[in-house]
Amino acid sequence: MSRTATTTCLVLVLGGAALLAVLNLALPADAPLHVPTYTVSLAGKYLSYAMLAVAVDLVWGFAGILSLGHAAFFALGGYAIGMYLMRQIGTRGVYGNAILPDFMVFLNWKQLPWYWHGFDNAFFAIVMVLLVPGLLALVFGWLAFRSRVSGVYLSIITQALTYALLLAFFRNDMGFGGNNGLTDFKDVFGIPLHLDATRDGLLAASAVFLAVELLIARYVVTSRFGKVLIAVRDTESRTRFLGYRPEAYKLFVFVLSAVMAGVGGALYVLQVGIINPSEFSPANSIEAVIWVAVGGRGTLVGAVLGAVLVNLGKTYFTGALPELWLFALGALFILVTLLLPDGLLGLARRRPRAAPAGPAPEPEPAE
Amino acid sequence: MIHNDTLLYLDGVTVSFDGFRALNALSLVLERGEMRAVIGPNGAGKTTMMDVITGKTRPDSGKVVFGEATDLTRLDEPAIASLGIGRKFQKPTVFEPHTVWDNLLLALAGDRRPRFTLWARQSAEEGERVEAILQTIRLAEHRGRRAGDLSHGQKQWLEIGMLLAQEPQLLLVDEPVAGMTDAETEQTAELLREINRTRSVVVVEHDMAFVRALGVKVTVMHEGAVLSEGSIDHVSADPRVVEVYLGR
Repeated sequence: MSRTATTTCLVLVLGGAALLAVLNLALPADAPLHVPTYTVSLAGKYLSYAMLAVAVDLVWGFAGILSLGHAAFFALGGYAIGMYLMRQIGTRGVYGNAILPDFMVFLNWKQLPWYWHGFDNAFFAIVMVLLVPGLLALVFGWLAFRSRVSGVYLSIITQALTYALLLAFFRNDMGFGGNNGLTDFKDVFGIPLHLDATRDGLLAASAVFLAVELLIARYVVTSRFGKVLIAVRDTESRTRFLGYRPEAYKLFVFVLSAVMAGVGGALYVLQVGIINPSEFSPANSIEAVIWVAVGGRGTLVGAVLGAVLVNLGKTYFTGALPELWLFALGALFILVTLLLPDGLLGLARRRPRAAPAGPAPEPEPAE
Repeated sequence: MIHNDTLLYLDGVTVSFDGFRALNALSLVLERGEMRAVIGPNGAGKTTMMDVITGKTRPDSGKVVFGEATDLTRLDEPAIASLGIGRKFQKPTVFEPHTVWDNLLLALAGDRRPRFTLWARQSAEEGERVEAILQTIRLAEHRGRRAGDLSHGQKQWLEIGMLLAQEPQLLLVDEPVAGMTDAETEQTAELLREINRTRSVVVVEHDMAFVRALGVKVTVMHEGAVLSEGSIDHVSADPRVVEVYLGR
């Protein structure tokens, strides 16, 4: 997780997104280098996944909390922005109801449930994107870490958490569109979502938010707080006998990570155009852990790399050989675990050390 | 019976695990500035005693009083550590991915809350304190190395250094010379005596030669209680001690 790796990653993410956006916007559709809008949104989706991956790496790589339910925070962020987008539809819905979203009219509801109030306001919705995942993580983490639940047990409860939310959001009575979720969005902040320029802007926003998230995460893990966190990950009892409270450290980083995942989810929904309960499915959370393992756990940059590469593979496979995708994903995870315990980034880092002769290798900076 | 110069006072402490009495009405008084060696066969309750003092295990009954009138049985590990009780584990336990310097920096007495460590910058004063400890534990040339790359003996010293950085009034040291070479054992005895000039120390040890070298009052534990107490010559002459160690 050296500084050069972070800088390279930031340049690639920001530069890549800018390039795609410009090639989409500035060139006519028949130009050879024109980037179709579909690709722009796909890239934006990858970057929002990368935000989830960085969030997972922050807790798993640096605090040893293997969360198998992080997609829950991602989905909650997505639902929060989705509710705003639903209210923006207004009278343009199928039933033309100015207040109630279509699915509520369809269910014969007469008034807006209390928890839908305020979501017509963009600022309120954005606060909720941060607050809802953050609060859930705060309550969940407070209970779990205070009781010193860790390791496999914690992983299982996180999995149960996302599964419980999956079941809850499936229910029509919950008021979040049930099985179908929220979709058919028209515009965001008054700008039509279907415009190419909006798509390009959202891709750029995803790149900027990912960059900011990476910088915050890097600051946290390289600060003295981060050193304590790594100490907690490896030798929790030692930190306790030194007077640190591991639960406070875990809780802070868990909440921060959940908020980051929520922001990723909001950007995801803006670009994918739908949020439904399947986003809570345990498999999604596990996939996010695989992205991090492939890129390199505990490196942050590796999480971005893993998320983008694995999803490129997924896009290709699910198009060309859809029935093979899950096998490929499983094989990838096994191979990475067996052959590349430090992920792709670990591979890149190992190479210079093996270089023959030359001056003595410089001592590795503390990580 | 508590004098003003009593630092730690255990009174009738009993701990049982599933019916097994690990500590059986154990009583012990430690003076301020004293160094005490605790010996005893395996299962005598030495480590459990440390667990009780440091808050890892809550006793079923009995009192553990630190300083004037602090009841340790009501506090958890971080709270007891902040009061000034440091603990060294049997197996050297340091933060392996961090440098020797960072290990000591994290151990330095100071604000432990996330809201502080998140923004903390190393101050000149902190640097001087780490530097001084590096000299004491003889690891000055190794300051930039990963703690995980140190030898077994060096890790033991680093851990002792981390306890010093905590600035405790009382140091609990569990088998500090296990697995050390003779030269390292010698240096460790010296190091502990140096620490004892300003702090109280309790050393749990199996190595009788090492205990003799320390030359301090010895408490012999057996089946969760104190069997004998006194100088090393006194306890080695005690027939009950001889029986426990050699008999059966």
